[in-house]
This record gives sequence, structure tokens and C-alpha cells, in this order.
Amino acid sequence: MKPASSERINRESSGMKQITSKIAIVAIFATCAATKLSAEESLPIRNCTWCHGSSAQGFANAPRIAGQTHKYIESSLLSFKSHVRDNPYSKQFMWGAAANLTKEMAHGFAVYFSELPPSAANDGNGTLTDEGRSIYVEGIPQSNVVSCIVCHGPNAEGFEGIPRLGGMGYDYLKRRLEQWNEGYHAAAEPMPRIAKRLSASEIEALASYLSFVK
Amino acid sequence: MKIVGLRLAATAIFALAFALVGQAADRSEGGNSTHGFQGKLEYCKTCHGLSGEGYRGYYPMPRLAGQQPKYIENQLRAFIERRRVNPVMFNVAHVLSPATLAALSEHFRNLNPEPIGGGPKEHVALGKTIYEQGLPESNVPACSACHGPEARGHEEIPRLAGQLFPYTLKALSYWGKERGLGGSRDDTSAIMVPTTHNLNHEQMSAIAAYLSYMK
Repeated sequence: MKPASSERINRESSGMKQITSKIAIVAIFATCAATKLSAEESLPIRNCTWCHGSSAQGFANAPRIAGQTHKYIESSLLSFKSHVRDNPYSKQFMWGAAANLTKEMAHGFAVYFSELPPSAANDGNGTLTDEGRSIYVEGIPQSNVVSCIVCHGPNAEGFEGIPRLGGMGYDYLKRRLEQWNEGYHAAAEPMPRIAKRLSASEIEALASYLSFVK
Repeated sequence: MKIVGLRLAATAIFALAFALVGQAADRSEGGNSTHGFQGKLEYCKTCHGLSGEGYRGYYPMPRLAGQQPKYIENQLRAFIERRRVNPVMFNVAHVLSPATLAALSEHFRNLNPEPIGGGPKEHVALGKTIYEQGLPESNVPACSACHGPEARGHEEIPRLAGQLFPYTLKALSYWGKERGLGGSRDDTSAIMVPTTHNLNHEQMSAIAAYLSYMK
């Protein structure tokens, strides 16, 4: 394990400094003219970063949201609120977190986090990346597993409402792929029908490969 | 008792053997299995939409509903022969037997979902004019002359009605780079190179927009 706690404190104190200086800048502007508030001032960003990490790169069970496509973040937040997304951690953490979100707030959070630069988790099994890349690019035609690249893009960058997968944490990617086969988040077609064709070792290979994609 | 025991054992072995043969038959053509029609149909629909309406991922996956079976068969052969370059479909084409392919194309021909639409609406009128009348001053023939007034296609000439806007736009923009490669005389798509090369981007976008809403 990484020295997570000290790293997190460092990240958060630098985040706090940024927030403080931004508030100072805004205060100066506000005296000159009525300015539109930035996301940090108008939204409780800290409520998200407390779990997802101060630079939103993910932490423990909370996935990275930095650099995620804004349409995907927005639709995810609304699907937590409507309980369409019903995975165990979603129920435990996100149903409550999203319960009082307005559509405007969901949009604001989505835009804010989509603009933060993502960095790769690099925490998969490095010996499985070739197999994972092959499944990602070509699928497994013999067992009717479709290629991932056609929807998620050549660098797993996502597209509109389709999520970026490149550099997400290994555990998160593996868990999501497994949980479709267990009946969770069944509304997210076509993923349930795709994931059910993947074996346990194929899921490990895919999640490993993706965790290293920049 | 020994003989009865042996007989029972023999019967059990026979029963097992028949069960295995039955299973093997189920995996052949037409069976509800990975390699049979149902398995491959679900494989196609995962990307091309549950009603064959197409799907907009990072890359647009074309509508297959209502498509001409001869066109589908010809294109899948083109992927294998590399007359048409597409690494994903190259692999897909290799796992479809001729009988399965024929059954799949027949199935998609009979589907008729609503088009996804999505092209810029302000260009639809120009698209309709070019589709029906061509651009005589630029030597662009009317699309309808070959693809039909309702864009249903005919045999190897594809249906265009209801096709995804970004898919048609990409096809029109890259004739000669993506299709009809290798100089094969069997490849009728080569005819689209001189047909489209006088179209500018706005005109291509207009044609694609018009077709994206066509039922």
C-alpha cells in the first residue's frame, strides 16, 4: 500500500491553499463587478473530494472522477439519485450523497470534475496487459465478446455519455465488470450483455490493461 | 447380478454418449449457442443496436435494419479480403459461416426501427435536393438514381435511409481510402470515388443529415 494518509493530507492541504487563493481572487473581482461564481465557490466540491481524493484521482473504493466525460458524470449522479445505479457501494455511499442534488448541481459537478487532469492508477497486473489490450481492441470474436474500442475509443477516453476507462483503478474496473454479471446496474445496456460473456481471467486482464492506459 | 450391473453400466455409457452428441449438435448451425444463429445475432446487436438501428459510440456503428442482404454479404467478404479496412469487422467476419451470415442478413433486412436521426436539421433541405437531383454543374449525379427514391438500395447497392449521420458523413469523406481497395474488379464501391469527389464538406453533411431522418 502507498503511504496514503500522508499523501492525502499533502494533497488536501495544497488543495486548501488553492481554494484559499481562489477565494481571494474572487473577492477582488467581486468588488469591481458582479462575477459569476466558479464551481469551487458555488458547489460543495469538498463533499465529493473527501472520498474521491482532493484532486479527484480516486481513493480507496471511490473511483477517479478527474477527466471523466461530463455527460457520464452527470448521468451517473442522476442515476444514483433515481436508484437506477444500484451497485453495493452506490447504495451505501452515493444514494445518500446524490439524494438532494438538482439537475443544475449535477451538471456543475460534472463539468468541474471533467476538466481536472486525470492520471493513471497503474495498479493492475502488468503481466496481463497484452491479453487485456487484445480483448479491448479486438474483442473475442469466437465467444461473441465485442471490441471495447468501438465505444470507449482508441485511448479508452470515452465519448459523450460513454465513460473514460483509461487509467481507472484496477479494483473499480474489475468490480464493475463482475457486478454486471451479478445483475447490478441492469439498465446500463449494452454493458450487462457484454460483461456476462467475459470469464474471470478475461476481466482481470481487461482491468489490468486499462489501469495503465494514459 | 454382475451381468445386470454391466448392462446398467453399458446403458449409462450409451446415454452419456447420446447426451454428448446431442450437445454437439446443439452447438452447430442454427442452435441457440455461441456459434449458432442466436449467439451471433446477439453478438451483432450488441454493437449495432437491439433492433439493428445502429449505435453512436466513439465510432459510429451503422444501422443494419432494412439493409440489403447482398450488400451485407459483400461487405463482410470485403473485410476479409481487405478491400475494406476495418480491424474490428475483419475479426468479426472471420467467425461467421456462410449459412449463419445468410440467416443474419435476412433477419436484419426485415427489421424496421425508427431512425436515430441526429444530423443538423438546417441542412436537410439541401441534402434532399442533392439526393434527388444531384449537382449537375459539378457532375454529381442524383443519389436516388442508384439508391432509389426512398434510399432503400437494391442488391449490392446499400440502403441509406435512416443511416447514422456521422457514419454516412465519414463514408462520403473517405471513399477510396477505406473501401474498394486492392483494385478488385468485383468491388462496385469504386464507383463512389468519382461520384463523390466533387462534393464539398457542407454538401456531404447535408446529404448525411437528410438520410439520417429518412424512414
